[in-house]
Amino acid sequence: MQNNVIIIGSGPAGYTAALYAARANLKPLIFEGNQPGGQLTITTDVENYPGFPDGILGPELMDKFKSQAERFGAKIYSMNVDKVEFSNSDFIVYVGNEDFSAKSIIISTGASAKLLGLESEKKLMGHGVSACATCDAFFFKNKHVYVVGGGDSAMEEATFLTKFATKVTIVHRRDSFRASKIMQDKVFKNDKINVLWNTQVIDMLGEPNTGGLKSILVENTITNEQSTIECEGLFLGIGHKPNSDIFKDQLELDNSGYIKTYNNSTQTSIPGVFAAGDIMDPVYRQAITAAGSGCMAALDAEKYIENLHS
Amino acid sequence: MGANTKDFTSDNFETEVLKSAKPVLVDFWAEWCGPCKMLTPTIDEISSEYSDKFKIGKVNVDNNSELASKYGIRSIPCLLFFSNGEVQKQIVGAVEKSEIISELEKL
Repeated sequence: MQNNVIIIGSGPAGYTAALYAARANLKPLIFEGNQPGGQLTITTDVENYPGFPDGILGPELMDKFKSQAERFGAKIYSMNVDKVEFSNSDFIVYVGNEDFSAKSIIISTGASAKLLGLESEKKLMGHGVSACATCDAFFFKNKHVYVVGGGDSAMEEATFLTKFATKVTIVHRRDSFRASKIMQDKVFKNDKINVLWNTQVIDMLGEPNTGGLKSILVENTITNEQSTIECEGLFLGIGHKPNSDIFKDQLELDNSGYIKTYNNSTQTSIPGVFAAGDIMDPVYRQAITAAGSGCMAALDAEKYIENLHS
Repeated sequence: MGANTKDFTSDNFETEVLKSAKPVLVDFWAEWCGPCKMLTPTIDEISSEYSDKFKIGKVNVDNNSELASKYGIRSIPCLLFFSNGEVQKQIVGAVEKSEIISELEKL
């Protein structure tokens, strides 16, 4: 059976697209992927989503998005899309051993935390190295931990970590942060946080089986001087990369891997395939902008399907 | 919690997990952990489908922090696969059902 629209990925963009497509009676299927609800599910308070004057927890906000889409009949599957085939106008989506076809596709696979790319980092992930402070801060009670990065995500992680850790040191390769003023202020006002400027982490030392991360090797970016620092907890806050791997041979991407969209719409390089949220937005990357573009994608898909039939 | 998913605590860990006749899958989790909540339905499904072959249960790290520190848990969700009282395998993060099952089959 050919579906009208399949939505790949959840989060504000995917759920909003599902809500609008369901209300347009398109009976959308949505494959949530392996992180249903997306990046907001690993944050705490969301203070800037309009309509919630007292703030709301990220996971709770995503539950609300999801139930609103379900209320209008969106079919939601907590499964991961492995492969897509967009070369014929009958688009195919592969999920495990099954495949599904659709007249149109909306991609909202979002972005994931970027890693430094060190071998030792892969090995020690979950053993002292983490990309999710809200998940793992608890295990660093009364410890001194380190955060890498200089943007909003690093500021948020550092601030959150002070609830558990005795001291938080931010390691940043430049001499100033690019984070928003309000987030920087929070950091500078917090006397548990200090900063190692012009410093980058070049290796992580320790073994998963013998207690995990023990120390980090850092280098001063100006003098190139290296030193080893005792460190049991290292949190990465160095930004995000778009989850576009499965689309790279099918759609046009920009140099950073974001899906390109055209004509001030959500249309990608293939008519009938639309993209919304962080997967196509290297600039704004907010819950509200993702939701907005999810709505646009559903309206674009609706119009595309209408034109197929006329 | 699913009907077949057990609640492991510091008090019953030795009898339920370490001295269990069947291999055991232990899911370390917490109420405040988003990815843990995503993994819960998967764990419940596995426990209802495989309870004849394996024992499957959860440890709330807030209430059982000494178990978390004994097993060096630094990130959750964290799955530990036990057989004969020994940890055979550890998986960190919310992973797919098929990956968990293939690890269980190896026990």
